[in-house]
Amino acid sequence: MSHSLDAYLVLSALLFGIGTFGFLARRNAIAMLMSIELMLNAVNLAAVAFGAFTPELQAHAALIALLVMAVAAAEATVGLAIVIAIYRNRRTPLVDEYSSMRE
Amino acid sequence: MTTDQILVSLLLAVPLAGFGLTALLGRRLHTRAWIIAVPGLVLTWAIGMYVVYQTLFVHAFGEEGLHFTLYSWVPAGSFNIDFNLAVDSLTAVLLIVVTTVGMLVHVYSIGYMAQDPGRWRFFAYLNLFMFSMLLLVLADNFMLLFAAWELVGLCSYLLIGFWYKRNSAALAAKKAFIVNRVGDFGFALGIAAVWTTVGTLNFSTTEAAGPGAFELLPAALHAGQIAPWMMTGIVLLLFMGAMGKSAQFPLHVWLPDAMEGPTPVSALIHAATMVNAGVYFVARANPLFVEAPQAMAFVAAIGIFTAILAASIAFTQRDIKRVLAYSTLSQLGYMFAGLGVGAFASAIFHLMTHGFFKGLLFLGSGSVIHAVHEEQDMNRMGGLWRKIPITHATMLIGSIAIAGIPPLAGFFSKDEILGSAFKNGFMWVWAIGVVVAVMTGFYMFRLMGKTFYGESHVDPQVAPKVHESPWSMTLPLILLAIAAASLGVVLGWPIEGGLIHQWLGPIFEHASETLGLHEAPFEFAGIDGTLLIIGAAAGALGVAFGIWFFGLFGMRERRVTVERLANSMRWLYRASFAKWWFDELNDFIFVRFGGWVARALWWFDVRVVDGTVNGIAALTQGTGRGIRQIQTGRVQNYALGIAAGLLVIAITYIFVGAR
Repeated sequence: MSHSLDAYLVLSALLFGIGTFGFLARRNAIAMLMSIELMLNAVNLAAVAFGAFTPELQAHAALIALLVMAVAAAEATVGLAIVIAIYRNRRTPLVDEYSSMRE
Repeated sequence: MTTDQILVSLLLAVPLAGFGLTALLGRRLHTRAWIIAVPGLVLTWAIGMYVVYQTLFVHAFGEEGLHFTLYSWVPAGSFNIDFNLAVDSLTAVLLIVVTTVGMLVHVYSIGYMAQDPGRWRFFAYLNLFMFSMLLLVLADNFMLLFAAWELVGLCSYLLIGFWYKRNSAALAAKKAFIVNRVGDFGFALGIAAVWTTVGTLNFSTTEAAGPGAFELLPAALHAGQIAPWMMTGIVLLLFMGAMGKSAQFPLHVWLPDAMEGPTPVSALIHAATMVNAGVYFVARANPLFVEAPQAMAFVAAIGIFTAILAASIAFTQRDIKRVLAYSTLSQLGYMFAGLGVGAFASAIFHLMTHGFFKGLLFLGSGSVIHAVHEEQDMNRMGGLWRKIPITHATMLIGSIAIAGIPPLAGFFSKDEILGSAFKNGFMWVWAIGVVVAVMTGFYMFRLMGKTFYGESHVDPQVAPKVHESPWSMTLPLILLAIAAASLGVVLGWPIEGGLIHQWLGPIFEHASETLGLHEAPFEFAGIDGTLLIIGAAAGALGVAFGIWFFGLFGMRERRVTVERLANSMRWLYRASFAKWWFDELNDFIFVRFGGWVARALWWFDVRVVDGTVNGIAALTQGTGRGIRQIQTGRVQNYALGIAAGLLVIAITYIFVGAR
């Protein structure tokens, strides 16, 4: 296990990039929600890494990570509920079919 | 309220009630639609005669007259207008004409309108007119007079357009209404000017309401509060209304077309009463007019010009009623000339005699038209004097009266006007007036000759069926003929000292003093007698020409001579026949040129004003339509936007914020 902050941050950036790409590229709503989870966890990883390498941030880092987890859980719940509601109406999970919000 | 006040109020209430009842019940009365309206009018006439008797013979109301207020009409703070009525000797003289001719025309209409399915409408309108006209002569403030002024205009409109299914009648009604609006525009401005200047619209000074406008305006002028040009301006604005209602040049064009209405209407409204409203108003407002000498000269000039213009048109018209209409214009011109030269009493005298003899002539022409089965073209009449003797005899009396042959009515009133014009220093008015007197005699006997004498040009199918009218039509003719024959002697003898001058003298005394007219005693041997003889000779000359060309009784007309004369002055003949192209001129100025201006303004409004507004709207809409394209409805497009935004913020922070 490396003792370099940069390695954690590179991993975090990589995960965030994968999440962003997934969110922008996947058309399936469920997959997009999963991408959001990936991005949130990348942020969590960065926060915890900062906490581990910087003693005065340690207590705050754990708190932020826990808060993000709680928010992510709530977001996943609401997001899935919305997706299921739309799916029942539209019979499709593909977001580019949801065109009723166009101009 | 005293008995007299109640009676004067009834004078208005009875015709108004007659209007209401006839309008509500008339349709169910069928052929007896007159059964409320005509007895009501006879009652009105009786009340009117009693009021006249009280005013002129008993002098029950003194020189000031009877003034009273029925109720407060417009109570609006400091702007307060009462419904106040007045009866003085001027009103009384008008009451004689209005109620008597009105009553006789109502009786005549029973016979004349017997076959018309709309007779109930006719009698309802006629009663409404009588109410309005009586209100007009009884009103004691500008606003009430103006209301009555508009009401008679409305009745005139309704009755000209009585046969509204005929397009020409509908157009004539509109023409009358619109031309009157032009005059009333000035009238309303004049009233507003009176209000802003003196703060009251009452005519006369009364104990209850304080000083009236007729006292305050001259006082303000003398005190220097208003300039003389303002006084002249107010008076001329008020005179514009009179010009419209009394059809004086250049607003004379509506009256001849008004002959589209039924003949009793022409007799009552467009000869004997309503068209006199302008003359009455100028006489009523004499304290204002005498303060503006230029305005007086203007009144005289307009009057005498209308007189000669209308007489020249009457020479060539073929429609019997149109000849009489132009004759009415001409006689109204005489009245205004009389007012303008300061002969107020003589002008009102002429108003009165003219009301009777022109009412007679119109009713007579209606009887003729009836006899030849609704034919109005005089070229298709002729030789009727044996077949309709009563109509012929009464119309002959009317024609002699209007031509100014002594001792019939027209001679006295017309020669008083001409004599006053000469003696008050208006030589030009007198000279034109004498020429018009010749012309009057000529065109009247042209009318008589073409209608009653010479060969018959009546449609051969109609000719055997020509018959005299029923008694309800001939009786008013006979009564009016008696009035037309005798009124001059009764009221006008001795000349300039007759009964009419005893009645009206006190009212116009102040005006004569202001104008500086000296009352020289009348002398037959001197200037007055000479003027009288010239006036009578002028009338007689015209009559002689008329008889020479168009015949009398068995005497044949000189058709060939007439045609040769018309051909030798072809341009003049055509000008007269085309009424000096005034309709065409108005059409050109107001319809074509006015239309062109209106179209130009319309273009400006649509293109420039609306264009600016619409342009701004179109610009906003276009921008919106362009920007709207980026709202795709796809979540990922938005997310890309957010990501790009974040990226921009981050890069900006790194390169700018880090420094």
